[in-house]
Amino acid sequence: MADLTAAAPAAAAAATAASAATLTTADGRPLKAALAAAQARAKRRAFLLVAPLLAFVVLTFIIPIGQMLDRSFHHDGFSANAPAVSAWFAENAQGTEPDEAAYAALAEDFKAMRENRTAGEAGTRVNYTLPETRSLFTKTARNADDLAPPFKEAFLAIDDRWDDAAVWQAMRSSSSAYTADFYLAALDMERAEDGSIRRVEENGRIYIYLFAKTFLVSALITLICLLLAFPVAHLLATLPMAKANLLMILVLLPFWTSLLVRTTSWIVLLQGEGVVNELFIALGLIGAEGRLQMIYNQLGTIIVMTHVLLPFMILPLYSVMRVIPPSYARAARSLGATSWTTFRRIYLPQTLPGIGAGSLLVFILAVGYFITPALVGGADGQLISNLIDFHMKNSNWSMAAALSAMLLAGVLVLYWLYDRLVGIDNLKLG
Amino acid sequence: MALPIYASPLERIWHYTYLVLCTAIFIFLISPILVVIPLSFNAEPYFTFTEAMLTFDPAGYSLRWYDALLTLGMQAPEAIRDGAWWSDMWENSTWVRAAKNSIIVGFWATILATVLGTLAALGLSRPEMPYRRVIMAILISPMIVPIIIIATGLFFFYSNPCSIIGTECGRLTSTYLGVILAHTTLGIPFVIITVTATLSGFDQSLIRASASLGASPSRTFFKVVMPLILPGVVSGALFAFVTSFDEVVAVLFIAGPDQQTIPRQMWNGIREAISPAILAVATILVVISICLLATVELLRRRSERLRGVTPH
Repeated sequence: MADLTAAAPAAAAAATAASAATLTTADGRPLKAALAAAQARAKRRAFLLVAPLLAFVVLTFIIPIGQMLDRSFHHDGFSANAPAVSAWFAENAQGTEPDEAAYAALAEDFKAMRENRTAGEAGTRVNYTLPETRSLFTKTARNADDLAPPFKEAFLAIDDRWDDAAVWQAMRSSSSAYTADFYLAALDMERAEDGSIRRVEENGRIYIYLFAKTFLVSALITLICLLLAFPVAHLLATLPMAKANLLMILVLLPFWTSLLVRTTSWIVLLQGEGVVNELFIALGLIGAEGRLQMIYNQLGTIIVMTHVLLPFMILPLYSVMRVIPPSYARAARSLGATSWTTFRRIYLPQTLPGIGAGSLLVFILAVGYFITPALVGGADGQLISNLIDFHMKNSNWSMAAALSAMLLAGVLVLYWLYDRLVGIDNLKLG
Repeated sequence: MALPIYASPLERIWHYTYLVLCTAIFIFLISPILVVIPLSFNAEPYFTFTEAMLTFDPAGYSLRWYDALLTLGMQAPEAIRDGAWWSDMWENSTWVRAAKNSIIVGFWATILATVLGTLAALGLSRPEMPYRRVIMAILISPMIVPIIIIATGLFFFYSNPCSIIGTECGRLTSTYLGVILAHTTLGIPFVIITVTATLSGFDQSLIRASASLGASPSRTFFKVVMPLILPGVVSGALFAFVTSFDEVVAVLFIAGPDQQTIPRQMWNGIREAISPAILAVATILVVISICLLATVELLRRRSERLRGVTPH
């Protein structure tokens, strides 16, 4: 600041002299350098204000998520607990039949695992790649004392799956701490016995279906929100300010009300013995036998999520519509356009920024929704977040991490798009 | 909005259809929130209006569900309601304890988020801020990233927070500090958004004027900047508080039995046998949100008046 104020008289002096080659400040420094130093200082000051929060967010948000994502491709449960057989895999190329040396290495590992009680850990890792192998590991570890040369026969005596090529392939892909297996599983794929990648059987394909369903349901909710928000936002934007503010409260109140309260209310309204069914019966629309099942299914998820996300669509639409000059529409009408043409050619194009902002925001929030589907979704209303929760509850952490990584990637692409098209600065709350 | 004088009959019909449609959407928005209020006074354990309620028979209404809220978890709920009963309730009632936890966590999370967020917003709204766009995107991201991903990440991180420096130390799971830090992170985007919005209308020359009149930077901040951005800061703080007060997923993942909050209790109540006592809680929360909304609206108007933005 001081440099800048000093610069003004100096510049004036330089101008009157008109002889100086470069402009300097009062204390003789070149003006350009002084300005650059002042700007650098202002930059540093601004950054220092942001730094504490940035450090906080990195520590409590970025690092935890980074660590979690690390689990999606890093799992040393097998490689750390079975080092001997992992070394054998490293020495022998893909496709080598397991020889006596391999079985001997495995026996050595099993004896160590029995001692350290880590067979479950190693088995868990192999189980990810080939289901139902964890029990094979724990069973073999229990009988590890019986393992004596010839090792192959000793292993087969414990369980005849030990010469199954699939088991050996699963161990091979587990023998490296870094793996893409969890992502393969999250894409409904698996490794065949020869190490090639193939899709899992038809009835085992759940993840891609659920991802597709999550995106479709979110798109549907976004569309419904848009259809419901458009007339309301238009009404609010064209009413006089005092009335609009009053009606705005009806939009903002749901926004401020606890999500769990709103979910509870919808359960009360929609359940079999609930208010809506009783009302329909009283009106004679349905019989007492024909109560509608509107909650604890996909319909329930869609109704409640639409209600929850509707304000996020109304607010950006409203802020765009409010500044559209009504004279444009009047001009179009006076030039002979019908009201429909006026709407389609004049009004709608001007609302596009609001439509884009609201739709992207609602879609982003819907894709990651967890609470509502978990509470009112029943069996068929679950989304991808609920599956992540399911894997977390079953301590299937790497799988949860891989699914989280894929969901996160999708959300971040949408977020980037939002920033490019709308700009985060334009995010408004009420 | 009035119908223009030259509207054709078809346009008139459409106009009234449109008004009916808007009314229906407003009812869709507001009725779920209002319907729980009368139902929470139901004398019967039903979730629908009984005949007595519809005929406004006083016998159809009661405060039994509010009473049930207080007595749940008490050691001697049937005792005479003297001082001992009230202290028993204050100490042991499940919902009272949940409310205390919610307020403790919400209070500290709000303070942290507001202080850090306001400082950052001041930096972000300076024109010379470097990497503004990227930093803003990072600071807003806790609002965008699905909560289940955040909760999962925190669950692992909190079980050994020192793993980032390669050592072991205590855990943050099942601690108040852990829940407070998590809720602070979730509240920060709201503070940033509201305070930067307030600052966007802030006249930077006021700072230079204050400095030229000899005020120190801190005096300028407290005497000039703070009074003008205070409405935005308070709205941001309220947003952060509501975010914490309504948060359940992070609590599900990282809190222990001692940190059960109101949303966590509601989650249990909804998942297990849903009883009208939940509606009593819901009613209390609706009343709180009405008060908060009113506060924020008043602040917004005050802020617009201060900044000379006249409502048109």
